[in-house]
Amino acid sequence: MVWVIIKAVVIFTWALITVLYITLLERKESALIQDRIGANRAEVLGLRLNGLFQPFADALKMFFKEDYIPPFVDRPFYLAAPILSLVFALVPIGAIPLADKLSIDGREFSISVIGSNVGLVLILSLLSLGIYGVVLGGYGSRNKYGLVGGMRATAQVISYEVALGLSLVGVLLVYPSLNLNEIVYMQNRYVLGGWVPLWGIILQPLAAILFLIAGMAENKRVPFDLPEGESEIIGYFLEYSGMKFGMFFVADFVEVLLLAALFTTFFLGGYNPPYLFQDGFHFPWGGALLLSPVWIRVIQFITFNIKLWIVVWFLLLVRWTYPRYRFDQLMDLGWKNLIPLSILNIIITAGIMAVIK
Amino acid sequence: MKLFWEAIKGLGITARHLIVNLWKFSLYYVGLSRDKGVVTVEYPEERRETFPRVRLRHRLLRREDGRLRCVACFMCATACPAECIYIEAEEDPDHPLEKRPRQFLIDLGKCAYCGFCVEACPEDAIRMDVHIPELAEYERDNLIYDIEKLTKK
Repeated sequence: MVWVIIKAVVIFTWALITVLYITLLERKESALIQDRIGANRAEVLGLRLNGLFQPFADALKMFFKEDYIPPFVDRPFYLAAPILSLVFALVPIGAIPLADKLSIDGREFSISVIGSNVGLVLILSLLSLGIYGVVLGGYGSRNKYGLVGGMRATAQVISYEVALGLSLVGVLLVYPSLNLNEIVYMQNRYVLGGWVPLWGIILQPLAAILFLIAGMAENKRVPFDLPEGESEIIGYFLEYSGMKFGMFFVADFVEVLLLAALFTTFFLGGYNPPYLFQDGFHFPWGGALLLSPVWIRVIQFITFNIKLWIVVWFLLLVRWTYPRYRFDQLMDLGWKNLIPLSILNIIITAGIMAVIK
Repeated sequence: MKLFWEAIKGLGITARHLIVNLWKFSLYYVGLSRDKGVVTVEYPEERRETFPRVRLRHRLLRREDGRLRCVACFMCATACPAECIYIEAEEDPDHPLEKRPRQFLIDLGKCAYCGFCVEACPEDAIRMDVHIPELAEYERDNLIYDIEKLTKK
């Protein structure tokens, strides 16, 4: 029990710091794409480091802003919405394995808060619950624009959740387990003379693309940011200010982290770098580098972070490239393209699996 | 399918901008290159070069012996469309044939920076060649510049 609390504190601290720096990466990357520099003024003890402390300045500013609650709102719902939004985005991160299980004195520690056997189902169900934050935010604001924004967001998230779930079915057919750790184990196999790892993106390329698109829509980010559309379309957090708006905002970036972590786990071989096995590296060109279990966990954690940041980088690149979809185009893409394609992917995968067996 | 290809090309363009700018700016940041790569001018520390003919704050010029060139002829005040120049003349005690301004006030809050005063001046006593754009003040009265402030470069 004590260990679970310690793990929770450490892992969620890691997650929140990563999220803070995702916001920084977003600002810097968008700036460089548009030939700008980006925020670089935040200063600690005369050190600027080109804006490395900017996220903390942002967070401080968010905390000290006036938190105004309009008098007409439905208080319980209004207050619950941002918390629900943030919690249901943050909790699934606890189920993602950041490194292999570690056994000390015969006891096994999973390097994740929830070392569940059904991690995949847990994550998907918690993701669906995240809609409540959006809906209650729109409904509790007692504002017609907010309500319509919330409804629009709900329609989008629910329709893309189908595609998200269906694209993962193909992965489940290839790696038959709901335990995320085992899915990562099964990706650590090699073909073609031991050179090519059997990662999800190699066995399930279509599912990877579908998962990424559906995940972006699920995150409500550009090009699918109709629910938010800060300056043009009024969204569900119309009546929120100060830290309550900040929580919606952070939840958005936590979902980016979650999507990147899930993509890493399902399609990029999880925490394993290529050629790392239980006792160390075994390279296909011969030669091995044997390591102690603790060092292997450290390398796995670093690898996980590197893969995560690559995916985050790609997501942000997509965000700063494409313009926004129209709502009917969004629905068309979800129901007429992504869902048939993911069903096709399931059928093809199942056929190939049946033939191989 | 064609649309899909175009979408990939779009990603390529943004990625190219990102990588090229990142590379150039990194070299600039560690001091290996003068080329910043990005268009940002980080204003308080660095500023853009002003054009030589830009019209900004006025300056009153002095002669070689240190007296003001201005002879209080009121040409500038007459030419001024915004009527922002106020001059009080007096006799110059050292040079009994000449006038000089006792007070020379320009209300920069009213000034339209048209440059007519510079054109009108027969003595080349007033110019607008102080290339400092920061003229903001908290009080309007601070924008009324007297001789002391106007002679500063």
